[in-house]
Amino acid sequence: MSEIVSKTILQIKEGLKKREYSALEVTDAFISASECNKKLNFYNTFTKEKALEMAKTSQSRIDSGEDKILDGIPIAIKDLFCTEGTLTTASSKILGNFIPNYESTVTQNLWDAGAIMLGKVGCDEFAMGSSNETSFFGEVINPWSKVINKNLSPGGSSGGSAAVVSAGAALAATGTDTGGSIRQPAAFCGVTGIKPTYGRCSRWGIIAFASSLDQAGPITKTVNDSALMLNVMSGFDPKDSTSANKNTPDFLKACGNFNLKNLKVGIPKEYQISGMSSEIINLWETGYGWLKDRGADIIEVSLPHTKYALPTYYVIAPAEASSNLARYDGVKYGYRNSQNHLDDLYANTRADGFGNEVKRRILIGTYVLSAGYYDAYYRKAQRVRNLIIQDFNKVFKDVDVILTPTTPSAAFEVGSQQDPISMYMNDVFTVPASLAGLPAMSVPSGLSTNGLPLGLQIIGKQFDEENVLKVASNIEDQAKFPFLN
Amino acid sequence: MPIDKDTVSKVSNLARIKINNNQLEKISKELEAVMGWIDSLSEVETSGIEPVANVTGQKLPLREDKVTDGGYSDKILNNAPEKEGGFFVVPKVIE
Repeated sequence: MSEIVSKTILQIKEGLKKREYSALEVTDAFISASECNKKLNFYNTFTKEKALEMAKTSQSRIDSGEDKILDGIPIAIKDLFCTEGTLTTASSKILGNFIPNYESTVTQNLWDAGAIMLGKVGCDEFAMGSSNETSFFGEVINPWSKVINKNLSPGGSSGGSAAVVSAGAALAATGTDTGGSIRQPAAFCGVTGIKPTYGRCSRWGIIAFASSLDQAGPITKTVNDSALMLNVMSGFDPKDSTSANKNTPDFLKACGNFNLKNLKVGIPKEYQISGMSSEIINLWETGYGWLKDRGADIIEVSLPHTKYALPTYYVIAPAEASSNLARYDGVKYGYRNSQNHLDDLYANTRADGFGNEVKRRILIGTYVLSAGYYDAYYRKAQRVRNLIIQDFNKVFKDVDVILTPTTPSAAFEVGSQQDPISMYMNDVFTVPASLAGLPAMSVPSGLSTNGLPLGLQIIGKQFDEENVLKVASNIEDQAKFPFLN
Repeated sequence: MPIDKDTVSKVSNLARIKINNNQLEKISKELEAVMGWIDSLSEVETSGIEPVANVTGQKLPLREDKVTDGGYSDKILNNAPEKEGGFFVVPKVIE
């Protein structure tokens, strides 16, 4: 069993092909790994029976030689993707009993490719958080906690997705990223995660947080596995009006090229924030040293509006959230606090049904959109967003990718960050790429002085995931990261 | 910008989220801290800069105005907290 769960998707595919084990044996191994790790609280809903059913179907296709690209590959789904007939809660009390009648496009693409669903993993409530602690069902615990014997946050919002892969309890997981929600947890849990270009993956059937920013992407152990997952998850979808009408290149082909001659890598000076620890600075320097060794040109670049990215994000994301979350009214689905008057029903349902961080963001969003403040905050933030995009456009005339740390620190202890603004600072390096809709990826690149994972982030031009993956696979090759499982 | 308890009350009413009176003070302080941090945006010169909502520049596609979906109200009502005769049930609105 332990041998199976330490493998990658590509290795398992090879083993299934050679009949070293069956899809059922693979699925059993990952189910057992999940069951052994119950105290890490991965799952809001564990779908063991469904996984075994899907494994049987996969195996019959493998036996008849009609296997699909992900047949026999057990994966976990962030509990933000609607799955037909399976509880989908967004880790919120207000959707605690919600069973969708439809399947999100991204998960449908995965099932059509033969993937096996292990269950729905925990996340921050409505994906609003950087620690998993805003989940109504309790935070997922970072599997690296055992290294320092303290309960560490897996990051967020896709903390369950990163943790379950890190522990060797799933081969891959879906995540969503609005301001860093794939990349930050991937960095904290020592796994790989990519947020593709805005529009690359359909948002249809993903519970909306901030629609101009939300993007789905995979979390896996290796860069190759992320590329393979992204191949399946991507594609034009007429049901999402912002879905990009573009062909999906074979992302796997972009990986494994270890010659970076003529590739230009930008190092943005504004990402050297004050108070940044020496271990993060060292990691960054080591990272661009590796790329230089492979022939890349390293160029210092400037993104002057970087420090305004977080405040911009915390106007735009809550504004969009306040509008998206208006639908939770206790009438059509989900939790209801029954009252004699309709307005009381709405106000009490939402007061009980949402957690504190979600309420805070709805209030901020409502405030910045309200009469008298719309121009001063919302319009202003949209203009600064334009300046942030222009910064990137200028830099991408001179470089192919940008290299930064993923996070300003390693994983922190559960309960250690109580102040909202210091929690928001976790996303200081990930939010700018989100605002500009750029593809960005975190690769595990080293360990902190106390032995916890640290990640490097590669940011690319819009729809140029290929160069991002190419650079990521070079870092992966040189980092030789000591995976937990 | 100071955010007083009346502002929080007004915003919570707009957002249809009930806040008890004894919570108003605490929440007004929290929002004030976040908005104070956001206020740094005012130092950015943005005259002549267009506001952006769409980052990829893709035009929203149009389709023919015809029914492509529907006819399953039972499915839609499946998750309703209260339903009757094919409708969602809410408290009486008109006296």
